[in-house]
Amino acid sequence: MAECHPVGYQWVMEARARGAKVFHIDPRFSRTSATVDRYLAIRAGTDIVLLGALINYVLSNGLDFREYVLAYTNAATLVNRDFRDTEDLDGLFSGFDEETGRYDPSTWAYEGDVPGEEEPVEGGERHAEAAGSDSYGARGAGASATPPSDPTLTDPRCVYQILKRHYSRYTPEMVEELCGIPPELFLELAEAVTANSGRERTTAWVYSVGWTQHSVGVQYIRAAAILQLLLGNMGRPGGGIMALRGHASIQGSTDIPTLFNLLPGYIAMPHAHRHDSLDHYLEQEGADTGWWGNRRAYVVSLLKAWWGDAATEANDYCFDYLPRLTGDHGHYATVMGQIDGTVKGYFVVGENPAVGSANGKAQRLGLANLDWLVVRDLMLVETATFWKDAPEIETGELRTEEIGTEVFFLPAASHVEKEGTFTNTQRLLQWREKALDPPGDCRSDLWFYYHLGKRIRQRLGDDDIDRPARELTWDYPEIGAQRDPDAAAVLREINGTAADGRLLASLRELKPDGSTSCGCWIYCGVYADGVNMAARRTPHTEQGPVALEWGWAWPANRRILYNRASADPQGRPWSERKKYVYWDGAKWTGPDVPDFEEDKAPDYRPPEGAKAEHALAGTDPFIMQSDGRGWLYVPSGLSDGPLPTHYEPHESPVRNALYGQQANPARRTVDRPENPYNPALSPRFPYVYTTSRLTEHHTTGAMSRPLPYLAELQPEAFCEVSREMAEELGLENGAWATIVTARTAIELRVLVTGRVRPLRLNGRTVHQVVMPYHWGYSSGGVITGDIVNDLLPIVLDPNVYIQESKAGTCDVLPGRRPRGSALLDLIERYRDG
Amino acid sequence: MGAGWLSRWPVIRQLKGEDGRGQAARSARTDALRPRVEGADTVARSVCPYCAVGCGQLVYVKDGRVTQIEGDPGSPISRGRLCPKGSASKQLVTHPGRQTTVLYRRPHGTEWEPLDLETAMDMIADRVVRTRRETWQQTHEGQEVRRTLGIAGLGGATLDNEENYLMKKLYTALGAIQVENQARI
Ligand code: SF4
Repeated sequence: MAECHPVGYQWVMEARARGAKVFHIDPRFSRTSATVDRYLAIRAGTDIVLLGALINYVLSNGLDFREYVLAYTNAATLVNRDFRDTEDLDGLFSGFDEETGRYDPSTWAYEGDVPGEEEPVEGGERHAEAAGSDSYGARGAGASATPPSDPTLTDPRCVYQILKRHYSRYTPEMVEELCGIPPELFLELAEAVTANSGRERTTAWVYSVGWTQHSVGVQYIRAAAILQLLLGNMGRPGGGIMALRGHASIQGSTDIPTLFNLLPGYIAMPHAHRHDSLDHYLEQEGADTGWWGNRRAYVVSLLKAWWGDAATEANDYCFDYLPRLTGDHGHYATVMGQIDGTVKGYFVVGENPAVGSANGKAQRLGLANLDWLVVRDLMLVETATFWKDAPEIETGELRTEEIGTEVFFLPAASHVEKEGTFTNTQRLLQWREKALDPPGDCRSDLWFYYHLGKRIRQRLGDDDIDRPARELTWDYPEIGAQRDPDAAAVLREINGTAADGRLLASLRELKPDGSTSCGCWIYCGVYADGVNMAARRTPHTEQGPVALEWGWAWPANRRILYNRASADPQGRPWSERKKYVYWDGAKWTGPDVPDFEEDKAPDYRPPEGAKAEHALAGTDPFIMQSDGRGWLYVPSGLSDGPLPTHYEPHESPVRNALYGQQANPARRTVDRPENPYNPALSPRFPYVYTTSRLTEHHTTGAMSRPLPYLAELQPEAFCEVSREMAEELGLENGAWATIVTARTAIELRVLVTGRVRPLRLNGRTVHQVVMPYHWGYSSGGVITGDIVNDLLPIVLDPNVYIQESKAGTCDVLPGRRPRGSALLDLIERYRDG
Repeated sequence: MGAGWLSRWPVIRQLKGEDGRGQAARSARTDALRPRVEGADTVARSVCPYCAVGCGQLVYVKDGRVTQIEGDPGSPISRGRLCPKGSASKQLVTHPGRQTTVLYRRPHGTEWEPLDLETAMDMIADRVVRTRRETWQQTHEGQEVRRTLGIAGLGGATLDNEENYLMKKLYTALGAIQVENQARI
């Protein structure tokens, strides 16, 4: 965090100055490790073992926050009697189909939840193919609101007992054997975390892509969620699980997604085989209880924002205009489509897949097989120049004259040359004022897409294929000599309006009958009463620490999500010290906006058959869940199991000591010649690598390598290794090393330090190599270097299709890599060996 | 040079025992220096474009050029601080290597060629319309899909919400579904 989110880290340092104990768990020793109470070096790819052992420590010592757990989680809920755990099936859950490599999740359901016939529950095969679990960015999957339960927590089929059995072998000894963390350090962590949780205290977890970029990435976060729910650390001040996101508005690009499977506000894109009408779609997409029960209002309002008067009740509000998914249309599937020639035209906007994505060669082979490519960026990034300087030109795999791709490079406006909002890692929208016009041909992406849309619409015919584009609402005021579309007008469309054009103040005003329009339901209220709330800038010195008048957070400017849980079931603060949102006898109040209906009393009990929020009791804080509870166990929605389970990375030098099942059985592989894998446990690839970032650079370096200030601070691509590994292999500090995988080999400068330590795993030593990935062959860079991501395989988490960047295997050789076709020969030898 | 310049010479003053880090370090030149932000024509309230912490920035402009970017002391997130990247962001906007004109590489070409922005926009629009028609799928395995798999897009995590919104809206209306960004990968 000190390394990649430095200014955010000042708050950790402040907490520490006030007595907080800070642990850092990471395969690499960074600026964070240097400033904490205790650093724990861990083998990359084993965090579920550590988190599972913490869960086991809590459960076997009875340290859970029982009142919180009973009232606010699904610990007491009973699970289907046909459910089988990984303890029963040596690393598999019930429902696995060896042939397809997919799970049928029906047996994971709550007791009494009768699965449908064709597509059992959310998480079924087609749902999984289209990365359906992504839609849980703002809600939980569907399940019963009032499943049978055992409040004594003793029924062997209740979630609490299932958890206990599932994690019973996640012991300190297992942590030592798989993670390389000695038992005394594990116990120090376990004691600190549990002692610092409960009524009086809360513990927070902070993670980043070191937890997500794995073939079991979603389950890493789930494991942290289980621990935090058991300890009562969710929805309370000082608690939570904080995702530190890496780009200025990467949260925004998930909320208003440029993602294949989502529409704005985590509404799933319709699937051809699952959704033929709006009614049918709404039926299948989640539960009718909890706030998601209002989804018709969210979806219809979005369709009204896009198709205006053309969207009527009679035509299903143009629901048919939405194109349909039939499976995985994600980034890596798209790249394979480019190589196969089905994808002809490609827009790359402020991104640099030739350097940033796994298996760079596959990325560039895809680019080289397009008809046309449009790249918009501040600099000439590698994705724009690959046709003349890609590594494949040097090896002879590609020849400039033979590449038929027509390339347009359009320079972009910088952040000060346009106005608009970023959404930061805390879901906070901040409006940026425009300081000046962009130079030359530089334009904002708002300008580009608006004017491109206008030009395309001028070229449309009058047939049915063109109807959705023809009838699209596309009128925005144009400003200034460059005719920039008015970003505030776009934000107002996102906020939404009533039939009379009045700007909506809250998502509670959204209607299912077509009388409201709203471009993104979770952002409704950002322009409440005509005020751009994201532009608010009351200084922190003039308001309290929650700072509600600086920018605007979704939803409804709530800063801590699910904050009803900061009070006990009766609505009283759990303690004076941790007082936050509470019931004052007539309403919920406190320094934050309550994440709950303000006047729903703690003793409210839903009447029979109640829907949406009315189906949740006054004691149900997790209002986006169908049962209002935090889910220790996930009965539906995930494609690789209801509970986090340790699987080794796809490429690992270590056998899974917990189960016969080595890697995540549901992981997605791309078995093609462009994407060869290192075999698991291969002696040819004995070292573990992980990739990382540095303070002075940003992702693929396109925004940092061209800047002399930053280039000078961190000039060369390097790999960091331990003294022991350097000695074993004859690597010299400052000299070169060649890193080899089945994909390719790259050369990096060697940094030998005592910060990377060899890990002792049950008597065996495993060496780790740490590689920052900011370098590439151009990007107008003052500095260049080999591309670390070229080493990575394409192997994906089965829930959201994120690639496994953070743990893999490699070989390391002293000296520089071979040039030209000799490089290919080297890789060939490794593949054959 | 006026009388007494010698006694104001910092070296003399420091030798006479004044603290070399304070007043005694000042010269006539330092006295004449003004902060770059003082003479700015306008100040825009902005946000750092790198990571997702979202530090507040103040962007100072004079004579149509960015003269300084500083941390916004009012921000409850950053309280005026910026890390090395945020502090270098003026260079991101002003450095001479920044590409400010459209470039075009024709199929099989070996060099970039200049291209007028308006022409480029027309050419791109033509290609979208043509490729979409050529690759249109009305149905797939007997189901209505109304889409094209011929056009894809990548990017958005460095863009504004308003930009992502227009992108998703336009792509969806055109039937282009392979729309992705850094948030997945
Ligand atoms: S100044 Fe640094 S910490 Fe702050 S947003 Fe920018 S990159 Fe992130």
